[in-house]
Amino acid sequence: MSKLAAVVGIGQTRYKTRRGDVSIAGLVREAAANALEDAGLGWDDVEAVIIGKAPDMFEGVVMPECYLSDALGCNGKPMLRVHTAGSVGGSTALVAASHVQSGSFRRVLTVTFEKQSESNAMWALSTPQPFSVHLNAGAGGYFAPIIREYMRRSGAPYDVGLKVAVKDRLHGARNPLAHLQLPHITMQEVEESMMLWDPLRFLEACPSSDGACAMVIADEELATRSPKPPAWIRGGAMRSEPTMYAGRDEVNPRAGRDCAADVYRQAGITDPRRDLDCAEVYVPFSWYEPMWLENLGFAAEGEGWKLTMAGATSLDEGGDIPWNCSGGVLSSNPIGASGMIRFAEAARQVRGDAGAHQVPGARLALGHAYGGGAQFFAMWVVGADKP
Amino acid sequence: MSDAEHAVTGIECPVYLQYHFTAGRAPARFLTRIREGVLTGQRCPRCSNVYIPPRGSCPACGVPTEEEVVLPDKATVQSFTVVAIPIPNNPIEPPFVVANLVLDGANIAFIHLISECDNSAVHIGQRVQAVWKPREEWGYAMDNIRYFRPLDEPDVPVEQIGRLSVSGWEG
Repeated sequence: MSKLAAVVGIGQTRYKTRRGDVSIAGLVREAAANALEDAGLGWDDVEAVIIGKAPDMFEGVVMPECYLSDALGCNGKPMLRVHTAGSVGGSTALVAASHVQSGSFRRVLTVTFEKQSESNAMWALSTPQPFSVHLNAGAGGYFAPIIREYMRRSGAPYDVGLKVAVKDRLHGARNPLAHLQLPHITMQEVEESMMLWDPLRFLEACPSSDGACAMVIADEELATRSPKPPAWIRGGAMRSEPTMYAGRDEVNPRAGRDCAADVYRQAGITDPRRDLDCAEVYVPFSWYEPMWLENLGFAAEGEGWKLTMAGATSLDEGGDIPWNCSGGVLSSNPIGASGMIRFAEAARQVRGDAGAHQVPGARLALGHAYGGGAQFFAMWVVGADKP
Repeated sequence: MSDAEHAVTGIECPVYLQYHFTAGRAPARFLTRIREGVLTGQRCPRCSNVYIPPRGSCPACGVPTEEEVVLPDKATVQSFTVVAIPIPNNPIEPPFVVANLVLDGANIAFIHLISECDNSAVHIGQRVQAVWKPREEWGYAMDNIRYFRPLDEPDVPVEQIGRLSVSGWEG
């Protein structure tokens, strides 16, 4: 039986196109310092640091964790780097939690970041290989055919993606940290934005952001003594599957379904839509909301879009299961941090500390991240109540 | 003017990496054969699925694949996107169609271009065939195939996509 662990501090930077005022080191230190302040702690209170970011090729800085140890106050302390592509923010949080749950450390700092303004994330991974044609048009080009197949299977109306694009930006307008601030966005404006990778339009895709996110995770005793309410980790799981295998269901990947089943079992959740109060789910392209509603068991297969269209996932429409109240990846995307922002925002909700995007009375929330060719999944459930 | 206005806050510093690509046994065989205009896959001894390009093992079963299967250059559209933005260092002009295609007799899709068509008429289940570069331009590369073009054949029902035999599709 593993020990209990809880989030006792959360720190984020403001997300924006370019943070020219800080280096990568300055960016991660800002988030970490905010998390320590939120926890009422200092650098000396941290026993180990768990850090994550998307592939090094993005910024062209190889093993940046080595030079960031100074900025994160962990010279002479254990540090571990996590690599799981776009899901890394979620995996890093889970690895950090496991170091407390195992009893190895009583209190750890975990940090993730991306400085997209100093990188070329869209093309850094499109390296030519002779056994494939060099046509990788970024992540949008990869996911657009999968979205098209979802649209065919589900028979969803064409404007589901437009609705998600508007809903998440309206949520983002409530969050002062969100990169995109579009309080007046309309479905017509999304529809008229440039088609990039048919069926995905410009405003149906995530922005490129600079930013970092950090959390302090502590054991039961330290969490109980924490000045602000802890977010108790009620379950955590990771799953992965090969990007390419015959018969793979790319629309509804098995690794995602298995990961959700595991984390729900740990948290005692039998009906996620009923049992959870809200969710922060990795939706970098609008259509991934209905697709993940099905993959994560909030709706039956082929029915996810109906929840979206009914407003069930919208805070502004009083939905019963708001998704991405912070604005989600569609409002801010510092890639390596994006998964951890989902995990941290789920924790903010159950701590009752989410400001203008707070779901009233939230007690149990899901944080979710996916990455690569939708083959890496990381999820946790956090609660206001100690299990 | 103040120093602040002239402060250097960043410079562009591109990184280039040149690789020696060690293909490994299965992709090396694939590349050797495609230089001769032949598409060669491998069949998994356990699940019988055919992979192209072959990587020497079945990712689902985790066993080595050795049996070679020569595949025709006809394929079915599994899905696709119409890309409206250019690819750096690639002369192709948008909009262009990038499709996930499954060759007849194969059970896995790869991406390639579809051309010689009305982009708005491309659809899931559509039949296509490779248009090869002139033989003298062939190298150890998948882009010996310039693109795929539509065939005048009936569409493949969705449940049959990725499950056709090497003899193709009669409709």
